[in-house]
Amino acid sequence: MALVQATGLHKTYRTGDVSVHAVRGVDFSIESGGFVAFVGPSGSGKSTVLNMIGCLDRPTDGTLRVLDTDVASLGRREAADFRGANLGFVFQDFNLIPVLSAAENIEYPLLMVQNWPVAQRRARVAELLEAVGIADRADKRPDQLSGGQKQRVAVARALASKPKLVLADEPTANLDHVTALRIIDLMKAMRDEFGTTFVFSTHDPRIVDAAEEVFHLEDGRIVNGAGGTA
Amino acid sequence: MIRVLRLSARNLVRYWRRSLLTSGLIVLGMVAVLLFVAVSASFKQIMIGQITDSMLGHLQVHQRGYVASIENLPLNLNMKPELVARVEALLREMPEVEAITARLKFGAMLSDFDETTNIRLNGVEPEREAAAMPLLAGRLLDGEIRNGLLEPGALLLPELLARGMGVQVGDTVVLVATNVDGSVNGRTFLVQGVLDAVTGPGGRDGYLHIDDARALLRMDAPEVNQIAIRLQDPGQTERVARRLEQRLGDIVNPRGQPLLTVHTWDQLTPFANIARMIDLLDLFIRIMLVGIVLIAVMNVMIMSVYERVREIGTIAAIGTPPGRILLLFVGEGVLLGVVGTLVGMLISLGVVQLLNVWPLEFAFGRQEIVLAPALALGDILWVAAIVVAVAAAASLQPAWKAARMDPNTALRHV
Repeated sequence: MALVQATGLHKTYRTGDVSVHAVRGVDFSIESGGFVAFVGPSGSGKSTVLNMIGCLDRPTDGTLRVLDTDVASLGRREAADFRGANLGFVFQDFNLIPVLSAAENIEYPLLMVQNWPVAQRRARVAELLEAVGIADRADKRPDQLSGGQKQRVAVARALASKPKLVLADEPTANLDHVTALRIIDLMKAMRDEFGTTFVFSTHDPRIVDAAEEVFHLEDGRIVNGAGGTA
Repeated sequence: MIRVLRLSARNLVRYWRRSLLTSGLIVLGMVAVLLFVAVSASFKQIMIGQITDSMLGHLQVHQRGYVASIENLPLNLNMKPELVARVEALLREMPEVEAITARLKFGAMLSDFDETTNIRLNGVEPEREAAAMPLLAGRLLDGEIRNGLLEPGALLLPELLARGMGVQVGDTVVLVATNVDGSVNGRTFLVQGVLDAVTGPGGRDGYLHIDDARALLRMDAPEVNQIAIRLQDPGQTERVARRLEQRLGDIVNPRGQPLLTVHTWDQLTPFANIARMIDLLDLFIRIMLVGIVLIAVMNVMIMSVYERVREIGTIAAIGTPPGRILLLFVGEGVLLGVVGTLVGMLISLGVVQLLNVWPLEFAFGRQEIVLAPALALGDILWVAAIVVAVAAAASLQPAWKAARMDPNTALRHV
């Protein structure tokens, strides 16, 4: 069974009398363990699709099943629980919590969302710090880290609670070329090590090249049929 | 909860200037309230202590109608000896009563052979009066205490009157009084002492032996017109007054109405109104503290939520339950309140200590008051609870807003 299954997915935003059709009836499925990219120009609807998969937004029409759950039917609290239990997020601007160190940022979902016991938490944080290669920066706050280091922490935080699916919205947009490549390699390595599915919204050709499956979006529609393989 | 508070604390430290300013305001409010409470309580305690322990006692028993016409110092509402004996026997059965004193209060003319003036006098049994009014002897400015308080044939004069007439200790004066039948009598007395004035009715009265008073008024029987009562615990005044009134209810006049009435000290002195005004000021200053804490904390928490919209979006996106986001922000407000309360409490206790080392002195009317402020644990806890509760309440609305924030919208916030 597909990890994510979308059928006739629509998303329309209304501002007063104006309706903006961000997503116009897309169908796609994502299998477990995939490294998948939604690509397209700005306004094509790729971030909207990602937000709907991440239960941050609801479809206006169509069905969207994530991990066999109809995410459109989830209430506010259920959606938060679902995200906490099953999803990880990586953001373009890293979005680390400024008052926490790198290790504490990674620990945050385990502590504040999932209530892991302290010993397991510490072991998991140490494992991830090692895996993303910033064990020596564990006690540094975000403002003491470079962009690449911040994104490594963000990737580690996304993986902390062992989610089945990590959603990354333009994860390399604020990184230089070399760092971006390293982050892409890192995420792929994490996928290989932990078996986590990674789904990106991006217009970075390096991610497109690295992705195993690419959905091209234009004006809210997938233009490469049912999805293409890179 | 502890982990949420830890994160809240870090967020407060992150905006340390703002947190310091807000806590500073809370500290200021807390110190103002606690110092006012301590100083006003001390003032009230001293004044009430002086009034009850040197003049009025905690309770007084009179014949019905006496207090209403007390300005005239009537002698036709005296209690007869049998009645006095019955009341005193009843009072002796009450364990709450520490001491009682019976008085004959009347007005007279005082003359030093050069000039004459009016004087209000208390005829007292010296030892009983001294036992029931332990601060009375301390009011002696000149002269000495003899025979428990004063000897037969002697007078204790109020300072203002003695000074005005130029009368000194050892001088002979004449008292002229009109008795209940309207006949006038005069007797000479030796001035044994001069008393400091205190606030309230009776604060500028003179004292003489009750036997002298009866002789001056040509009384056939040893009558009195007031019985003053000192209680073991002044806090029980109202309760004992009700109980006593119940027990005295059996003593009735020919029309079947109770013959005697019981008055508490606060019904007999206008200072009770000042005490009530102080209580009202105390309430107002507490309301002001609530206002300060409410505005300060709410302001800082609204700013805090507004500045951290994306951060709220992030923690919501990664699955932090709304309730925990709410707690995170309420925790910040509560911590501001707790820190302000603790620091305010310590500063207040320190200042109160200093005020006991270097006491505040001021004149209240003719009296020199030396304040000895103290903070009761109950007052501290009450004020602290108000501050923390208001801080929590003030942060509730911004916290609720943060918890209800749509993560998708919050993440797009610039």
